[in-house]
Amino acid sequence: MISLSHVSKRYPGGREALHDVGFTIDSGELAFITGHSGAGKTTLLKLLVAIERPTAGTIIVNGQNIGTLQARAVPFLRRKFGLIFQDHKLLFDRTAFENVALPLDIAGYGAKDAARRVRAALDKVGLLKYEKALPITLSGGEQQRLCIARAIVHRPAILLADEPTGNLDADYAAEIGELFRSFNQVGVTVIVATHDQALLTRLTPRVIALRNGALAEAA
Amino acid sequence: MKAWLAQHARCFASTLVKLARTPLGSVFNITVIGIALCLPVGLYVLIDNLQAASSQLAAEPQISAFMALDASRAEIAQIETRLKQNPRVQRYRFVPRDQALQELKQSSGLADVIDSLPQNPLPDAFVVSARDNTPQALEAMREEIAQWPRVVHAQLDAAWARRLDATLRFGRAIVLILGGLLALALVAVTFNTIRLQVLTQRDEVEVIKLIGATDSFIRRPFLYYGALQGAAGGMVAWLIVSGGVWLVNHNLGELSHVYASLFQLRNLTLTDSVGLLLLPLALGWFGAWLSVGRHLKLIEP
Repeated sequence: MISLSHVSKRYPGGREALHDVGFTIDSGELAFITGHSGAGKTTLLKLLVAIERPTAGTIIVNGQNIGTLQARAVPFLRRKFGLIFQDHKLLFDRTAFENVALPLDIAGYGAKDAARRVRAALDKVGLLKYEKALPITLSGGEQQRLCIARAIVHRPAILLADEPTGNLDADYAAEIGELFRSFNQVGVTVIVATHDQALLTRLTPRVIALRNGALAEAA
Repeated sequence: MKAWLAQHARCFASTLVKLARTPLGSVFNITVIGIALCLPVGLYVLIDNLQAASSQLAAEPQISAFMALDASRAEIAQIETRLKQNPRVQRYRFVPRDQALQELKQSSGLADVIDSLPQNPLPDAFVVSARDNTPQALEAMREEIAQWPRVVHAQLDAAWARRLDATLRFGRAIVLILGGLLALALVAVTFNTIRLQVLTQRDEVEVIKLIGATDSFIRRPFLYYGALQGAAGGMVAWLIVSGGVWLVNHNLGELSHVYASLFQLRNLTLTDSVGLLLLPLALGWFGAWLSVGRHLKLIEP
């Protein structure tokens, strides 16, 4: 489903964020990308959704070469993913419902169908009763769950999470971990970039460890 | 297709909401556009009316040929024969000097002054209408008649109308220039408004780009905003001009009562009104398109 070979990324100015990284993640896997800050976790995720382009090597997602993808095709690549951000990236002038509906608006779902899916996603993360709330009135953990609802509402095949528990205390982090496990159990490929050890021991995922931009070990 | 239409409908609705959410700013922007547009449009209406009036007045240009004061009947008859035989003359009318004096007396209210004159100062005259009313043909004919024996002076009555016509043409050129400049201003105002919007909605643009929005999806609300703002400006211009015409006609109503004449300003026609709605709409859209294309490139997640 996702395969990288000899991928390097050098930013303008000379810093090499990734160096000769290669691995394959199969459909339905639960994989953690671990490493210290600056090890290249975020860069790796950015490469997968074509926010950045690799300077060398090839990245294949669902048979598509991301390195040579035309700009016009990028939005459609991103719709295959559900993206979860450490800072949530919610829109604060819209209600929880409207935030979650965003990917469906973009994909052009009908209003009725969209409303049903949005409520299902909100229910899944336990926020159905807050559908009319503005994100600012929600706690940090709730905001993160809202972000997850938005990421899964269009039923993507792959879930990408960048430090999803970075700002949360242990209880909230455990909740989020359980959510990931449940998505994975219904066949979603889940890729999490994190250095949260508790989450790691809880979920026992496959670990792809990065150290200074290179693969430390591939388990 | 249905989903696409629904997306547009939703975008249209949310643009209206966006305009309504900042009422003061929207109203000011729209008013500026409206006032800018009403200048050339108002001038256009004025010129249109003057044109209509002038074409009424100068419907048939005439050449007046004045005889010498001491011209004899035979000499006058000779000129009359020439006019009768000239194929370029459509018709002519002889105005004897006594009749001319009577007419002047009746129409000018100077009866006392005229009565006190020792003798009739007016000459005999012919009023000639030509078959070909183009300015060149009329001028050629005037020159020909002026050279006939005992004709002292030949005058083209339509000269002032032609001067007015030239002035109006000049006015129309000014309308075009002014219109062009203000169209440019409309594009510039929209460009700036949209630039500010894109920048304040930077986060939103970034997020929806990340979750797979195409460029056209991101652009759409801004284009709608520009187009709606332009159209609303056009409506304001229409209201200002129509209001102005109504006001003038209202006052003219009293005036024409007094003078028992009926002169009314014509308002914008339906075609003009539709144009005044659609053209600013297109210009607003264009300004937004320029702005959004330029500023979205600067926002990459």
